[in-house]
Amino acid sequence: MSEPILIAKDVCLSFGGVFAADHIHFELHEGERLAVIGQNGAGKTTFINICTGYLKPDAGQILFNGKDITAKTPRDIVRLGMGRSFQLPQLFVDHSVQQCLEIAAAARSGKLSWLTPLSQSVSHSEVLETMELVGLRDKAGELSGSLPEGHKKLLDVAMALMLQPKLIIMDEPTSGVSSEDKHGLMALIMQALDERKVTSWFVEHDVDIVSKYATRVAAWISGQIAADGAPSDVLSNPQIKKEVLGDMTC
Amino acid sequence: MRFGLISLVLAAAMMAIGVLFPWMKTIGILGLCYGLAALGVSLPARSGQVSFGHAMFACVAAYAVAFTAKAFPQLDGLMLIVWSVGLSTAFCAVLGLFMVRYRGIFFGMLNLAVSMVIVALLGKLYSLTGGTDGIRVDRPTFFGFVTERNEFETLLLGFTLLVSMGCGWFYQRFIHSASGEALSGLKTNETRLEYLGLSAHKVLWVGYVISGVFLSLSGAIFALAQGLVTPDMGSWMRSGEFVFIMILGGASHALGAFVGAGIFEVVKLAASAYMAGVWQLLLGVTLLVVIVVAPDGIIGALEKKKENKQGEQA
Repeated sequence: MSEPILIAKDVCLSFGGVFAADHIHFELHEGERLAVIGQNGAGKTTFINICTGYLKPDAGQILFNGKDITAKTPRDIVRLGMGRSFQLPQLFVDHSVQQCLEIAAAARSGKLSWLTPLSQSVSHSEVLETMELVGLRDKAGELSGSLPEGHKKLLDVAMALMLQPKLIIMDEPTSGVSSEDKHGLMALIMQALDERKVTSWFVEHDVDIVSKYATRVAAWISGQIAADGAPSDVLSNPQIKKEVLGDMTC
Repeated sequence: MRFGLISLVLAAAMMAIGVLFPWMKTIGILGLCYGLAALGVSLPARSGQVSFGHAMFACVAAYAVAFTAKAFPQLDGLMLIVWSVGLSTAFCAVLGLFMVRYRGIFFGMLNLAVSMVIVALLGKLYSLTGGTDGIRVDRPTFFGFVTERNEFETLLLGFTLLVSMGCGWFYQRFIHSASGEALSGLKTNETRLEYLGLSAHKVLWVGYVISGVFLSLSGAIFALAQGLVTPDMGSWMRSGEFVFIMILGGASHALGAFVGAGIFEVVKLAASAYMAGVWQLLLGVTLLVVIVVAPDGIIGALEKKKENKQGEQA
């Protein structure tokens, strides 16, 4: 097995009496496609927020590529190579699709120009290639805020991809997207991630999507990882079927 | 490009009018100072942060001119401007470290609060500042020339036009650069900015300091043109006028601030001539009409019209 890219050691975080992360031990390896499942309130997004620096844990340690990132800010963690997309796409809604990606490309260099036009301060071919990769080339000039939800999700992922991350964490990439468009959306995202050889971790509620695109599944229950392993094993686990997937026959 | 050409034509026309009608020179210089100040207010406004205290930077620069001219009467006007703008910008840079931590109404009101402290100090420390009477600024040499009032104003008008065009050019380059686009990105999504590895504070701070440079230039030139500095220059009323002008002209193009300043001056003059008792009423109605009819300001509306036309042709 490849080296772990992300390690969580005994991570705890509680809000009042509620444990959102309850002594979590977790490792993510390079090349994996991890799907995280769990009911609302199970602590999936909280754990993402801890790993991406948005929340600080009460105890425990997070290592990314061997570096301790527990106390680092989202900005620092992004610079170390961890990209993120959001349940509600975080876009610059008054900018066009192309401009959003150009800002992301300029941000990667860490030095923003003052006089050179944005479009000339980044690699045009790279921006075009990324738009092509996520199927937004023909939307280049459209305002990102006016895109349909599925395209917004794609752009959100594409902006994270422009940073050339080693790991991308996607919080519910298919939520808000119609069921007939979900598979097309995930296929596009996964194809883009494969081409860039990016390790991924995504939160998902749709079992079909999880079965098809994940190489590993971790199920969250009450701030703990209740099951972690191959998709077929986790999804057939009676406890997971009952408490996470809502199968009343178990 | 079209607006750039219009700017050049307007600048040439303004210089010609100043030469033909000398009494127009001071009005022109002061109008341009208002435009420069509104241009400065436009930068943080592009990130969604409207300051109601930015006139303090013009005021600090103006008092720096007055104090320095008093201490070193032989100093050239150009040196006075450079020195006072540097000083005021340094003040802006330090204050900005604190201000960029706040957003929305807090950003606006904290700027207002600091400006009120400065105005109060300038008004109360009478022995130092001359209180509300202010400090006279004697006419200095300008670019080494010892001049009479008329020549001085001609030189100052030409200089102010050049500075305004330079600042306008810089503004246009800046707002379309990576820094400028990140600044306007802050208005719609600060979270994403941070998750792109950028510091939202730093992005706003850069915009804040550049805006401080524009305001400082405006204040320093204003002090030389008027020959008198008073605490009123930093009052909340003055800051409000700068915001008014920015809304009137629009922040999407540098020309907006100067067109807004021109209209503001004309409306103010017309109102005081024909509606002396209720001149604020006319200003208020003008602002209301602009907000309803052209929420992006006059230049913003013209730009939109141009874009629509291009869209139809395409």
